[in-house]
Amino acid sequence: MVTNEKIIETNDVHLYYGKNEALKGITLDFNPNEITALIGPSGCGKSTYLRTLNRMNDLIQDVTITGQVKYKGKDIYSPKMDTVELRKKIGMVFQQPNPFPFSVFDNVAYGLRISGMKDKQKIQHIVEESLKKAAVWDDVKDKLHDSALALSGGQQQRVCIARVIAIEPEIILLDEPTSALDPVSSGKIENMLLELKENYTMIMVTHNMQQASRISDNTAFFLQGHLIEHGKTRQIFTNPTQQETEDYISGRFG
Amino acid sequence: MNPKKVDKIAVGVIYAMSGVIVLILASLLLFILWRGLPQISWEFLTAPAKSFQVGGGVGIQLFNSFYLLLLTMLISTPLALGAAIYLSEYAKQNWMTDFVRTAIEVLSSLPSVVVGLFGFLIFVIQFDFGFSILSGALALTIFNLPLLTRTIEDSLQAIPATQREAGLALGLSRWETVTRVILPAALPGIITGMILAAGRIFGEAAALIYTAGQSAPALDFTNWNPQSITSPLNIFRPAETLAVHIWKINSEGVMPDGAEVSAGASAVLIIAVMLFNLGSRYLGRKLQKKATSA
Repeated sequence: MVTNEKIIETNDVHLYYGKNEALKGITLDFNPNEITALIGPSGCGKSTYLRTLNRMNDLIQDVTITGQVKYKGKDIYSPKMDTVELRKKIGMVFQQPNPFPFSVFDNVAYGLRISGMKDKQKIQHIVEESLKKAAVWDDVKDKLHDSALALSGGQQQRVCIARVIAIEPEIILLDEPTSALDPVSSGKIENMLLELKENYTMIMVTHNMQQASRISDNTAFFLQGHLIEHGKTRQIFTNPTQQETEDYISGRFG
Repeated sequence: MNPKKVDKIAVGVIYAMSGVIVLILASLLLFILWRGLPQISWEFLTAPAKSFQVGGGVGIQLFNSFYLLLLTMLISTPLALGAAIYLSEYAKQNWMTDFVRTAIEVLSSLPSVVVGLFGFLIFVIQFDFGFSILSGALALTIFNLPLLTRTIEDSLQAIPATQREAGLALGLSRWETVTRVILPAALPGIITGMILAAGRIFGEAAALIYTAGQSAPALDFTNWNPQSITSPLNIFRPAETLAVHIWKINSEGVMPDGAEVSAGASAVLIIAVMLFNLGSRYLGRKLQKKATSA
């Protein structure tokens, strides 16, 4: 079977906010240890699609989802699915950095403590490793016990990424992780994501075409709830098969 | 008239209006303190009241006020917290929730004397608790619950939705997100709300007249057996509070120094309520600092 190669498969996913159809049948698969960029103009459904992958849309009232989303071959919308466990395996980083109003250390240690880890040395070790992987250790090593809210936006976002890494997910969903940040911070985060690719599968919504072309392996182009085209990033950016894709990428609209 | 002039006049009017409010409050406070402070002494704060002679204190009433406050908060805080968490974090936006919210608003605008009479019928008569601290605390709970629920709900709502998303996306269950992320972050607001509610309870008289009663039997502060009628801990003894005492002196007091005792008691009451208010600000700010380790 081919299914065991793909880490996430989605099949004909429709999503309705009330009666408004936001996703109109998305079929898309993701390979492990690759970065996939979801691009498209605002309101095209890419963030909505991203949030179906870890069931964050469950929080919104009046959402109906049809079709299939499978993580490692298991339907995540089946009633047997434990969303808490699912979200530990599929972490998420948001557009606005959202550290908890606690210290840097506590932010990263939070998930560990709640899942019942007691060993202080082990927690210390994981926190340090996670902050290093998120390329923010040098910035915060002297202020681990200061509030995470006192950090810059870029540092906060990297602490949020460290917080996700600490609970060892397999997939990291990134919803425009750098759009609220300055170019230097964005650059740091991009480099970090490229390094993380060895161990994680990443799916990233971005409005920044350069960013998509710089760091992603695959690109999927969304438009008005439809998946217009997807494939290798190089191919999408140099030789798209659809006229809309070319128009969007070359900046003719969106 | 040009806009600049209009602006100046508007600012002048607003200043004058705020000035009037500040003036009214300040003169009220000063008047009460000016009349009451000279009466206050250690003797006054600790001695029992006297009905027919000069020289009564407010010791028992003061103790009753604090004890009743403590009991009321012990009953109402868990209830309000639970209701607020439900309304803010779990309730769906539908007519049921709207109905509950409206009910809370209506309840919060209920006159306290009505709450008192209701408490009299239910707790004093029906449940046969008599005029007692327990009846008083239950009536005050009804009086306090809507506003406390509302303030706690507001503090929870003030925590941005991104914090809830962060918690859930991290693999926390909904309950864990509430207890480990939202509640700690909202704690300063919740504490402030509780202390302000405490101030309201402390000064409440009408709801207590028919529930906790208007008599303060002598207490023996060495008797810690909660079953005994002279024990301060007994929750089935009638307990006149400071606010009720003031009302009673002024309506039917026959002690020769009634005016002085009333003035002194009023000053004590005002000072206590002011301490609650100032305390809530200080504590709120301090907790905020600590919780966010800023």
